[in-house]
Amino acid sequence: MRGPLLRACNLRKSFGLLTACADISLDLHEGEVLAVVGESGSGKSTLLGLLASEIRADAGEVRYRFRDGEVRELQSLSEAERRVLTRTDWGFIRQDATQGLRMPISAGGNVGERLMAIGQRHYGNIRATASDWLARVEIDLERIDDSPKTFSGGMRQRLQIARNLVTHPRLVFMDEPTSGLDVSVQARLLDLIRGLVSELGLAVIIVTHDLAVARLLSHRMMVMKGGRVIETGLTDQVLDDPREPYTQLLVSSVLAA
Amino acid sequence: MNAQPLVQLNGVSKTFTLHLRGGARLDVVDEVSFHVMPGECVVLGGPSGAGKSSLLKIVYGNYRCDHGEVLVRDGENLIDVALAEPRRVLALRRNVMGYVSQFLRVIPRVGTLDVVAAAGRESGLDEKEARGRARSLLSELNVPERMWDLPPATFSGGEQQRVNIARGFIADLPLLLLDEPTASLDAANRNVVVRLIEEKKARGTAIVGIFHDEDVRERVASRVVDVTRFRAKAA
Repeated sequence: MRGPLLRACNLRKSFGLLTACADISLDLHEGEVLAVVGESGSGKSTLLGLLASEIRADAGEVRYRFRDGEVRELQSLSEAERRVLTRTDWGFIRQDATQGLRMPISAGGNVGERLMAIGQRHYGNIRATASDWLARVEIDLERIDDSPKTFSGGMRQRLQIARNLVTHPRLVFMDEPTSGLDVSVQARLLDLIRGLVSELGLAVIIVTHDLAVARLLSHRMMVMKGGRVIETGLTDQVLDDPREPYTQLLVSSVLAA
Repeated sequence: MNAQPLVQLNGVSKTFTLHLRGGARLDVVDEVSFHVMPGECVVLGGPSGAGKSSLLKIVYGNYRCDHGEVLVRDGENLIDVALAEPRRVLALRRNVMGYVSQFLRVIPRVGTLDVVAAAGRESGLDEKEARGRARSLLSELNVPERMWDLPPATFSGGEQQRVNIARGFIADLPLLLLDEPTASLDAANRNVVVRLIEEKKARGTAIVGIFHDEDVRERVASRVVDVTRFRAKAA
């Protein structure tokens, strides 16, 4: 069997006296969806930033298997190599769409930009691919030239998904992708993400405080508290048979609809 | 014939520790051992609270197993679900074991036919075969065709249960775990489920089931394993 797509070993990060992540290790294989759950301040977003090379770790390393099969430690990459990786083989869907999109340019431009970044130059092809992706994420093609400033929250998130997936990444990071949306919008978005993840065989690391989102999307789960991973396992196992006192508290605190 | 068991439980024990209740310990089962051969339907017997559902969930990897072995045969390999990595358990769920509970976990916006066909695809059927089987199962289980495009979220309990049964029976998995699949069905639909179980048995599927309905139990059971035998001794 091939090794993991991504392997993190003993990642550590402190902000002053605050330990955000303490010695965290994990493996992620192709096609696997891992949810990282915990309350605000548990360190889960910092962990995502460390894994995605957006935050520099105080200690530890992240290894990634490139398309050619070579496994490389990410801190050893040059800035140019890192940029290629994050624009082609990775995606990052952010809670705040204004951080993940370029708000001044059109919806079509937001998707096309990622294609141009990997060297595509033919305007007609770029626009055709962008249109395809807008349709896949259920954005009306009449809106292709509109700025995402005029989009609703749910549409912005769907545009982020199109922008990220257009280059066929193998790994997508998601930070609370459905928080702050109306419940019906959230359900539609979750369903879209679920379908694309299984259709494209994406590996995903999703940070969420919403256990229902984790149950719907993920195969495996890590529970974080105070910068540490306190429980891991199959998602349904952690949710239905939580072992740690804190996990039991989290699970029992969910309001049933 | 020298068939080998598809499932073998050896000395399985399970205790819940309720940290929110001051660390109270709830002993569920103790030292459970039994096996299931291909083509056999082993019914777990005993009153509510005896630990029958918990045992099924332990086999499926949904509940953790504190002690003992839960061996499930995957071709030539015996996998101990109690120790296997999550990825290995997920592979078993795709290729070896299916689980039908009383409750359907609804996926928003996905139509009934797709919900059933998806379960077939996940276990290796091609798209055409999956949809064909989904249609015939839904018809057989008397889910009206006009409902097939609708998401099952708004269906009645009995209708949702029949969608769930169709999901569980669509694939040709060697092992089926059934947790009261007939609980809220009328007599006609109970008969359909009994027939589906008999068909699976005839094809060599191993089944572990819980059936409160005595009539169904007597019709499908090859053997009954009385779970009260394994009740944890009072501490």
